[in-house]
Amino acid sequence: MSSRVLVTGADTFWGGRMIQALENDPSIDVILGIGTRAPLVPFERAEFVRSDQNYSILNRIVKATQVDTILHTFMITNSGTVPRRAMHEINVIGTMNLLAAAGAAGSSVRHIVVKSSTLVYGSAASDPNTFQEDTVRTSAVKHSVERALVEAEGLVRDFSEDNPATKVTVLRFANVLGTHLTTPISRNLARPVCPAMFGFDPLLQFLEEDDVVRALLHVTRGGIQGLYNVAGDGRLPWSEVASICGTRLVPLSPWSPLKIRPLARLFDLPPELEDLLRYGRGVDTRRFASTGFTYTSTSAGAVRKFIRAQRLRRQSGRTPASYTYEHDVELFFRHSPSIVGTGEA
Amino acid sequence: MAVALGGSRPAARYDDPMASGRQVVGEKNRTTAIVPLRVTNADTEEIEDPRLSDVDEWGRSERTRALARAIYEPLYSRWFRTEWEGLEKIPDAGGALLVANHAGAIPSDAPVIMHGIEKELGRPVYGMADYFFRSVPVVGTLWARAGGVSARPANAYRLLKEQDQLALVFPEGTKGPSKSYTDRYQLRRFGRGGFVEIAMRAGVPVIPIAVVGSEEAMPIVFRLPTLAKALGVPYFPVTANLLALGPLGVVMPFPAKFKLRVLDPVHFNVPPDQDRYSKSRIMEESERIRTQLQEAVYDMLRDRRSVWFG
Repeated sequence: MSSRVLVTGADTFWGGRMIQALENDPSIDVILGIGTRAPLVPFERAEFVRSDQNYSILNRIVKATQVDTILHTFMITNSGTVPRRAMHEINVIGTMNLLAAAGAAGSSVRHIVVKSSTLVYGSAASDPNTFQEDTVRTSAVKHSVERALVEAEGLVRDFSEDNPATKVTVLRFANVLGTHLTTPISRNLARPVCPAMFGFDPLLQFLEEDDVVRALLHVTRGGIQGLYNVAGDGRLPWSEVASICGTRLVPLSPWSPLKIRPLARLFDLPPELEDLLRYGRGVDTRRFASTGFTYTSTSAGAVRKFIRAQRLRRQSGRTPASYTYEHDVELFFRHSPSIVGTGEA
Repeated sequence: MAVALGGSRPAARYDDPMASGRQVVGEKNRTTAIVPLRVTNADTEEIEDPRLSDVDEWGRSERTRALARAIYEPLYSRWFRTEWEGLEKIPDAGGALLVANHAGAIPSDAPVIMHGIEKELGRPVYGMADYFFRSVPVVGTLWARAGGVSARPANAYRLLKEQDQLALVFPEGTKGPSKSYTDRYQLRRFGRGGFVEIAMRAGVPVIPIAVVGSEEAMPIVFRLPTLAKALGVPYFPVTANLLALGPLGVVMPFPAKFKLRVLDPVHFNVPPDQDRYSKSRIMEESERIRTQLQEAVYDMLRDRRSVWFG
């Protein structure tokens, strides 16, 4: 369907993965990666353009390259990774510039896919058990990462109203766990002790990292538009997550006056996670399933895949990949005339 | 690259286009090696789901519920000597919204109805309570594990329409249990009729249940509004139990005889799943159900000879 794709955040985990996934698809002619620094992985045929983090040069790039699809993966969904100010620059201003470029007169862009997070629903006592895509959050926006995502999604919504000819897809991903990704949750679960809020045992939904890539590919290839929740099947209490991972829960005080700040810092507990460990979050994934997407892991399956990889890493000291990247070997498999057919490389 | 950033060191480093991938802030949050991805096709085979506990999407656990049933059974049949009337009006299958009058500082009517219907009819009842309970440590978790759900319209709809369950609500809300003993068996205002609207939307009947006995199980002598405000709780009651039994009175209701009468189901005959329903119709139905319940409660009190023996 799409043949010229621009991927934002090409230097990040998700951008890198998406570019690699797209490179395997021969129907895509041109892949452009845009990022603020050198990409972490070598690209096979994608081209990389360096930009500042709020994409002020995107307009020129889009015009010059005539891309028809933009895959916006550069959205910060974890307040621990960048300073607050940079988060606003990346999520809000970056998205704004991206949409401005896509909506310019004579723009070639026909489809925009945005990677968002279920953080936009927040997490509060007043929440419904299950958030649907059109459910309005019940609590005021509290954390900077939530605010940045809510603002960015607002810009995307306005854009899709103003540009009905352009397909717009927003995928709200639940908390991701997987073989390679490191997040505050995964770091906590990998330790022998893991924080919990005293007296709370929230229900959480997880998503396997490969399913994130597959979901993004699914909507990009299928030209599917709309707003979707993406999360693995099933919800499990935090205590069960901890026991799958074999870590012991350390209850922290839920009362803010008694909160021991350094402890939270020791545990690497960003504020948005603190809420999640109190009230959890559940999302309705039926709408996305109705587009024909199937998951490779349930919530519990994602937790188990993550911890199995973690154990292997701990015990063998290497990244537990089914396949490690070796450039020359990869080139051989992709280009050597000796390779027969389309067998697995 | 003139980007105004806070000027903090990490920000500057983050923005530095020449910074190598390994030095940027947040590097510890990222994996350095990304392996080429082979996107596995969604296999049709059954995917594994390695669950360890039996907690479902509502947070209820059958193991906890079995334990709660075992603990509550003596209270239900020996202490309160609960008697039902008209239980056959509750359907064996399909969703229905149960509404009841609500009383007693820590109301015993909710567990009595939930336990009773589960025991007599074998159907679970999802008790809906103010979401305030979710924010109370331990209590909120236990309440959810035992089968409680926070009273959100979306939750009620999901239970009634999509999962064909019995949900129990107390339309008086906290106004019911927080009233003083002098106001006993005087039903309070029925919220804003939200329960009628959700029953209409879900296309299920409302089944009113009149309860007698809960007022005397834990009567409120007076309330301490200042303390309630300081603690952030809806009301802080000083109960007769507390005065008579001391701290034990918090968990110990008096052995009032419980009698429950199930009234005729109310069907609304409106198409389900509408965005809006006539507000006047909702208020009218809500008030009618309230009057019915009030009448039934008075009727039962007329027949009651003793608070303790029924």
